[in-house]
Amino acid sequence: MNLLDPQGPVAAANSTILIDSVFIMLAIVVPTIVAILAFAFWFRASNTKARYQPDFVYSGRVEMVVWSIPALTVILLGGVAWIGSHQLDPAAPVPGTGSPVRIQAVSLDWKWLFIYPDQRIATVNTLTVPAGAELNFQLTSSSVMNTFFIPQLGSMIYTMNGMVTKLNLRADNEGKLQGLSAHFSGDGFPDMMFDVNVISPLAFPDWVATTAKTDAVLDEASYRKLMQQGIEKGRPAYRLEDPRLFDLIANQHIPPGPGPELISEAGRPHSGGQDAR
Amino acid sequence: MLGKLDWSAIPLDQPIPLVAGAVVLVAILGVLIWVVAKGHLPYLWHEWITSVDHKRIGVMYILLASVMLLRGGSDAIMMRIQQAVAYQSQGYLPPEHYNQIFSAHGTIMIFFVAMPFVIGLMNLVVPLQLGVRDVAFPTLNSVGFWLTATGALLVNLSLVIGEFARTGWLAFPPLSELSYSPGVGVDYYAWSLQISGVGTLVAGINLVTTVLKLRTKGMNYLRMPMFCWTTLASNLLIVAAFPILTATLAMLLLDRYLGFHFFTNEAGGNVMMFMNLIWAWGHPEVYILVLPAFGIFSEVVSTFSGKALFGYRSMVLATMAICVISFMVWLHHFFTMGAGPDVNAIFGIASMIIAIPTGVKIYNWLFTMYGGRIRFATPMLWSVGFMVTFIIGGLTGVLLAVPPADFMLHNSMFLVAHFHNVIIGGVLFGAFAGFEYWFPKAFGFRLDERWGKAAFWFTFLGFFITFVPLYIAGMLGMTRRMQHYDVAAWRPWMIVAAFGMVVLTIGVICQIVQLVVSIRNREALRDRTGDPWDGRSLEWATSSPPPVFNFAFNPDVRGEDAYWDMKVRARQQSLEHDVPEYRDIEMPRNSPTGFVCAFFATVMGFALIWHIWWMVILGGLGAFATFVVFAWRDHDEYVIPAEDVARIDRVNIEERRSLVSMAGAI
Repeated sequence: MNLLDPQGPVAAANSTILIDSVFIMLAIVVPTIVAILAFAFWFRASNTKARYQPDFVYSGRVEMVVWSIPALTVILLGGVAWIGSHQLDPAAPVPGTGSPVRIQAVSLDWKWLFIYPDQRIATVNTLTVPAGAELNFQLTSSSVMNTFFIPQLGSMIYTMNGMVTKLNLRADNEGKLQGLSAHFSGDGFPDMMFDVNVISPLAFPDWVATTAKTDAVLDEASYRKLMQQGIEKGRPAYRLEDPRLFDLIANQHIPPGPGPELISEAGRPHSGGQDAR
Repeated sequence: MLGKLDWSAIPLDQPIPLVAGAVVLVAILGVLIWVVAKGHLPYLWHEWITSVDHKRIGVMYILLASVMLLRGGSDAIMMRIQQAVAYQSQGYLPPEHYNQIFSAHGTIMIFFVAMPFVIGLMNLVVPLQLGVRDVAFPTLNSVGFWLTATGALLVNLSLVIGEFARTGWLAFPPLSELSYSPGVGVDYYAWSLQISGVGTLVAGINLVTTVLKLRTKGMNYLRMPMFCWTTLASNLLIVAAFPILTATLAMLLLDRYLGFHFFTNEAGGNVMMFMNLIWAWGHPEVYILVLPAFGIFSEVVSTFSGKALFGYRSMVLATMAICVISFMVWLHHFFTMGAGPDVNAIFGIASMIIAIPTGVKIYNWLFTMYGGRIRFATPMLWSVGFMVTFIIGGLTGVLLAVPPADFMLHNSMFLVAHFHNVIIGGVLFGAFAGFEYWFPKAFGFRLDERWGKAAFWFTFLGFFITFVPLYIAGMLGMTRRMQHYDVAAWRPWMIVAAFGMVVLTIGVICQIVQLVVSIRNREALRDRTGDPWDGRSLEWATSSPPPVFNFAFNPDVRGEDAYWDMKVRARQQSLEHDVPEYRDIEMPRNSPTGFVCAFFATVMGFALIWHIWWMVILGGLGAFATFVVFAWRDHDEYVIPAEDVARIDRVNIEERRSLVSMAGAI
């Protein structure tokens, strides 16, 4: 999950900007730290060779320099930020080979549901994608906020109930990666890690065909069951009954997830019993 | 009768909070019994609890912050141990407990350690630096302190009665809404912050008014010490930002208590509105904390370099620039919410612009040291340590302000390392520097230097051993708030960080030992002159500790570094004043208003959390009645006769004369 070992163009561009920005800043930060330590050491009271200049309290020239050094750095970095924000906007297209794959991700309490509307399949906690193709993500949440993040593919994005966020990524190399939720979402949050299998574009249709053979069906009823709070250790896969399921979730046609099973005071056997007595 | 409260609220099945709660309870009872048995109660009541003296209130603020630092620190130790052991296992803390701990850690460290520490130092020092006798609203000051203490008390009560929030320190909805957090945890969080937030707001109003309206003769704005400027900036931010927090939490509470839909998923609620509002307070908040620390460093660096602050006007400009810009950057806390490239880029660049005045400050401290004669007493060590640490925190902060970099680092351990880097390296180092620097002023004796230096080095090294691994873990994709994890690459860094926590803990222990050793050796460490560091501003012109009226005469200020100026002139003329003509001084009377009001606020807060409505009404009426009684008071001041003033001041002048003549002889 090393950010500096990118497996796709978005992550590569992000981490290049990250490293470049660090070096731009190090160029002034290192000399400044050295100067602090050097001045502090040289002007120590016990050093008789250092010249005491109690009246050196203003210098227009020094002021000019100390305002311009950080200002110039920020102008440079501001340019990086402006260009980077536009080029690497999560919704910006990421051209790839072959036709793009549409994936609709839903964060549930506490698992990830990945819907492939065009392939009519869905998987939980495992995301299988072809290498080299553009991946168009649409994301929402069944209940609380989460953040969808595959560190080695780049840019993360929030998932929120009743809203759809967009993210485009591409995975360049076949292999296994890991993804996670990067926004705390409750007790099962650490178990929201998911596998990312990047397979060859030739193998992808086979994988789709194999997955579609499953008996399990994802429709509104089974989705409602899935969105109950809980941790999913397995990697279930579904045939997708209704390709509009994601829209039903996103526009709250299916109401938000229920939260913890309420063991309310009223529901407790003893409190009711006391009243009866 | 008792709302939602019953015996199941006591976590009898969880040994850790129960034992911790029991130990604290025994300790508090022990202290109470000791106080009563030794007959100290009247002294405590008359001299401290009901005191409206800004110095006493400042000391109580700092005491509260120190105690809460131990609580927040214990949370930190538990978290670091959990993450060191919870690799491919559940560790020793179940999620519902671990989640409370990190939420409580953040809430306590920001609201009940950092805030009271800096407000305490401002309270203690600012009126002295301005050359005045008290703050603008002395009784309000006391109310502010006691309401802050109420908030701290409620948060800690949640340890043994009920639970604390499990939502993180900002309680983001919809997780913090009733449907996903049905327990009382979020209510504890919200009501403690509502009550202590009122306390902070009145403290802010009080200090802004003090700086703007109560300055001694000749103390015009551009002669104020830097700490007064940063106090002004910080408190202006409090006055502008805390109402946003209060309003936001009020909306969350309306959602939770009365079924409103401000931030719910359903019925048109909007969670993004909460994000915007809470960070519109939250980002200025970090500058509320760090600006006073900048002021402390300015005082310390200039004093211990034996020079006036370099580029004073530039520093004033930088301070006020930070004050204004800090309100325009809040969106950088959620670049990854998909706001679009223009919005992200503009807020990213705005956030970077704050680095300009901050960088200027660093360079001005650097040039204050240049040509100085630097004495490395403990406050100066903290200051140099701060400069080095804070620059690194600034670098990572600007990095996070670059949206594409933030797309990878948002909410990661890198972010956790960054904000600890600026809050420990900036605010806490500043608070410790101020504590060491002004302790002799508050208590009349210096702190032990050897233990102070040991505390610095352990804290400084411990900080890096703890947080550099977290930076690395963040680069390895680790996100924050993980109760357990299965990624092998993260583990070694979590173990190193836990070791760093041990070193940090030794630093804290050194500081406690320093206090104990210094109190025992107080006669040897006594500061008789009132000016132990060869200071430059007016707080050093009075005795240590200062008399209740601070100054027998309002000092006459003729330039920057007012007291330094006076010392130079006194040396040239080789004598201070002739025998002055003392006058009666009027001082505000002590008042139990703050304490009584906070007592009722505690009752009301607790009752609101547990839905005990009759008690809510009782508490509310009690607090209101206290105000009415206070408003109808007949005598609000008492007079210190001129003879008493003369007697107290003569001692001070004698000591000071011998100091000046000694310095003159050299």
